[in-house]
Amino acid sequence: MPGGILSFLIFFPIISGILIGIFSENKFLKINIKKASLLITGIQMILSILVYFSYDKTLGGFQFIDYFDSWIPFEAFTARYIVGIDGLSAPLILLTGILGFCAVIASMNIKLRQKEYFMWLLVLQGVVTGVFASLDLLLLFVFWEAELIPMYFLISIWGSGRAHYSAMKFLIFTLTSGALLLIGIVSLYFATGTFTMFDIAELGLNGIVNSNFSIAIPAVFLFLVFFIGFAIKLPLFPVHSWLPDAHTDAPTAGSIMLAGVLLKMGGYGLLRINVDIFNYIDPSILTDLAPYFAVIGAFSVIYGALLTIQQTDLKRLIAFSSVSHMGYVVLGFSSYGAFASVGSTEGLGGTALQLFTHGTITGLAFLLVGLTYERTHTRYIPHLGGLVNKMPLITTFFVIAGFASLGLPGLSGFIAELMIFVGTFKMGSLWAISTIVAVFGVVLAAAYTLWMIQRAYFGEGVKEDSPVAKIFDQLDDLNKLELLSVLILTASIVLVGIYPAIITDVLNIGVGEIFTR
Amino acid sequence: MTNNELIWIIFLLPLSSFLLNGTLLTFTKFNTRSVSGPLNVLTIGFSFLICLFVLINGIGSSFDYQSGSFQWFSFGLFEITMGILLDPLTLIMITVVTGISFLIQIYSLAYMEHDDGYSRYFTYMALFTTSMLGLVFSKNLIQMFIFWELVGATSYLLIGFWFKKQSAIKAAKKAFLMTRIGDFGLIIGILLIAKKGSQYLDITQFYLAVQNGIFTAEILTLIGLLFVIGAIGKSAQFPLHNWLPDAMEGPTPVSALLHSATMVTAGVFLIARMFPLISAIEIVSSTVAYIGGFTLIFAATMALVSNDIKRVLAYSSISQLGYMFLALGTGAYGAAILHLFTHAWFKALLFLGAGSVGHAVHTFDMTKMGGLKDHMKTTYWTMMLAAISLIGIFPFSGFWSKDEVLLGVSKDSNILFFMGLFGVILTGFYMTRMMIMTFFGDFKGGESGVEEKSLHESPKFMIYPMILLAIPSVIIGFIVSAPVDLGVIDKHLMVSFLDHNKLVFPDYHHHEIKFNFLIAIVSSLLAFSGIAIAIFTSKSNINFKFIRKILVNKYYMDYLYEVIITENLFYKRFIKLLDFIETNFVDKASHSLTSSLRWVSNKFAITQNGQLQIQSITFFLSLLIIISGYFSWLLLGGN
Repeated sequence: MPGGILSFLIFFPIISGILIGIFSENKFLKINIKKASLLITGIQMILSILVYFSYDKTLGGFQFIDYFDSWIPFEAFTARYIVGIDGLSAPLILLTGILGFCAVIASMNIKLRQKEYFMWLLVLQGVVTGVFASLDLLLLFVFWEAELIPMYFLISIWGSGRAHYSAMKFLIFTLTSGALLLIGIVSLYFATGTFTMFDIAELGLNGIVNSNFSIAIPAVFLFLVFFIGFAIKLPLFPVHSWLPDAHTDAPTAGSIMLAGVLLKMGGYGLLRINVDIFNYIDPSILTDLAPYFAVIGAFSVIYGALLTIQQTDLKRLIAFSSVSHMGYVVLGFSSYGAFASVGSTEGLGGTALQLFTHGTITGLAFLLVGLTYERTHTRYIPHLGGLVNKMPLITTFFVIAGFASLGLPGLSGFIAELMIFVGTFKMGSLWAISTIVAVFGVVLAAAYTLWMIQRAYFGEGVKEDSPVAKIFDQLDDLNKLELLSVLILTASIVLVGIYPAIITDVLNIGVGEIFTR
Repeated sequence: MTNNELIWIIFLLPLSSFLLNGTLLTFTKFNTRSVSGPLNVLTIGFSFLICLFVLINGIGSSFDYQSGSFQWFSFGLFEITMGILLDPLTLIMITVVTGISFLIQIYSLAYMEHDDGYSRYFTYMALFTTSMLGLVFSKNLIQMFIFWELVGATSYLLIGFWFKKQSAIKAAKKAFLMTRIGDFGLIIGILLIAKKGSQYLDITQFYLAVQNGIFTAEILTLIGLLFVIGAIGKSAQFPLHNWLPDAMEGPTPVSALLHSATMVTAGVFLIARMFPLISAIEIVSSTVAYIGGFTLIFAATMALVSNDIKRVLAYSSISQLGYMFLALGTGAYGAAILHLFTHAWFKALLFLGAGSVGHAVHTFDMTKMGGLKDHMKTTYWTMMLAAISLIGIFPFSGFWSKDEVLLGVSKDSNILFFMGLFGVILTGFYMTRMMIMTFFGDFKGGESGVEEKSLHESPKFMIYPMILLAIPSVIIGFIVSAPVDLGVIDKHLMVSFLDHNKLVFPDYHHHEIKFNFLIAIVSSLLAFSGIAIAIFTSKSNINFKFIRKILVNKYYMDYLYEVIITENLFYKRFIKLLDFIETNFVDKASHSLTSSLRWVSNKFAITQNGQLQIQSITFFLSLLIIISGYFSWLLLGGN
């Protein structure tokens, strides 16, 4: 891979998005915006696949580093531009590349203010890539906050329902999470004098961070500040209430990016900062707090699943199921102490894998729901029914997505959840009880998934009085381009399910290095 | 080619059929009708031939227990090795699975001929056969769990095969959810083992660990009970039995293959696979035995009054699975598997017969049948043989295996033994009743539009498999469980083959199995009395209204689960309460937080509105606060 590839992955979509926004439709030039966006994200996807597979597993560590020392030319302020990926972030770069392309395909029927729409979508993709690639905390923060702008506009302009309300709610919650992040980052800077992640880790190892902290604020406080910031993004009970609204009202591509990639920023932050950096500052913090995290994670799983059961809007249902599935992330996160006690890491590995698998599974589910909605113009489950008769392909793939989401072996969700369960269960009795509760979440997942499939897709047809009844005969199935995006996501779900080593071998390095840096 | 490579082919053949059918079906406009069915017949038939070859080679010789293991997954210290565990139990299971699946594929060629989903059906069937083979081949518990779940998923797809029917989809969902409750137990049991180390997930390693006391007795008890929960769900034992009768909504060949002969026996297989654990812990084994004993009577009583031919057979399956549980729980390992083996053939045949009858009269309601024996001679005769075999009349297959089970139970406990004997009467009754209602008396009209003149025997592709199944239904029991030495075939062939499993019984000493004439005579008399009562009551009008009402309503278990627990308690109360909490507290909290911020900022906005008076008041107030703050700090001893 040539140098600068990560910077290219970050800025290529941002710059080309802005160029599309400015120059695509003027007197001299008319560009087909949709085809251009397809091309850009297509290149982006292929490059991210190449980057992922050329990550050298024998070497490990951070690779593809781009380094630019005087990003902010200011003496007292040593913020660097530094990007690179390790075993933790490489799969997420891959995920962003894949979902970015699928999100563009899901937007082929956008008619309103096209050039702005695709500009924001492309900018969003670049910025999120930036979050996963940043190795400097200030840079990470900049990307973290920058992600808000495109997402806000995507929801409020192209959204449905109470779009403005949901966009504002999303904005307020995420800003809060960003503010907490900033407090944490600045405090870390004052304790260490650097924003660079591995420098902080190294200084932490030497005890400098802790001794500096004891003067101002205890490290445990800082840990919680980061944790709450990421928990809002994840989201975790009780700070999840922005998610159902934002997902439901966002346009399809927005939901795909939101559930598929943006939520993963929270999980990634937990692993990168609360586990990776704090492991070197003070490992006892997480070990002490872990049982509480296990309990709240398991609670989030069950609470989310129970609320999912009574949803009647297809998108809202999948959105609530995301709350449930992200609970597993926190549960796996609580198994941190397993390395110190027995040397095992599968709980954290499962957490990292869950980020990837949930991204593809929920991405696929939102994509298919979006494609259904485009055709039926309603997502209200009692108005739907028997769609399989008109859309056999959409139904087939929706059943696959549903099975993956309920943790069917052979599909990718299973192995991530299994790793989390195995990793967490062995930690102690409180963890074991939490795990058992979380495993029951899988039973509930089966209940709501199968219920949704039964009502919306199977059956004779829609009811007489349903608004879909008039157009039922004209409903059509996937076209070739849509089939392509569905197939890409399905393939990644099935491949990881049958041969998880594709992702876990890389994650294994990333998680292992947390403890051996 | 060595045995090891052959074994893999058994598994890969149906898999390739699934992949090919699935790809053609989903991605091409190609009409797969001419391909999918025959492809399944060929691949599964070939698998069956290899199974027979390996089985005949395997009996009496010592063969590799494991083959072709490979590391499927590893993360840190957590490793999962997959591969094939080949012992007598697996050999018998794969023979049953491929043999019955093969015959049912042939039957389905004709049965599904006019169905729109013909190719989809065969794709699912190939996936099921693959998964079931994977399940019984597994050498690792995670591997077993993977196929265990896949089998459940294909069962979901096949029960809900006619997805336009709401009842079919509901039944499919119910089956999946109820078995999932069982799987919940199973996976926690697996987690308990994995806690000790992922190497113990390997089944042979686990056997050794149990023998060497790596696990404490309490943990083993817990693991055992959790595995039993898994087995109960899959094998539809009380109290997770409700899904199986409803599963009859699927196509009849599916009921024959999945819901009588193979899939539902997966629970029995699991208990048998875990036999070193189950038999080591008294509580666990007696739990298995009592659940089996109770279920066999409980299910049989519901079969007494059901008017749907497939449901009678479904209850009968639950009841017979109860016998297998009973045998395993009382330590009669060989007898349980022997019964599994013989039961698979005649029960599959009974279902295919029911399908053949349904094909003619377009209903499964026995009150609309009657008098079919003159119109459907082959169906009648083959079903008759299977029914006699199920009732357990000498010298049919069912006699030998049921006798072996009763013999095993009699050594253990009197109560359980009497439960087993009582089940024999009930079996005799409900099978006779079913045969009388279907084939004897006058024709009651069938589904509207069916005329007696137009009744005819089913097409030959349906009839041949039934004839082929009738042969083992009659003689296989005597062959594999003959009480005397037949020269070519040893006596009690299968039981001693199973007992020679060094893995399960490391310190096995050959012991003489004695045929017990007393039990044989008593059980035969009971069976005949069941038949006699059925014939007698069919002619008279004895009506125990109250008991009948309870039985017809399935002891109100469906009502309890679906209406009281799911509908009223769960949906109407619990979920509503949660929803109330979510909207009024959790979501409200963020609202009130933002609105209170807005309120505060509105109040402060006054200070910034540009009016000189307010500006100056603000200025002086602030100054006052700062100065007084400074002085109070000084007063409190600040420096």
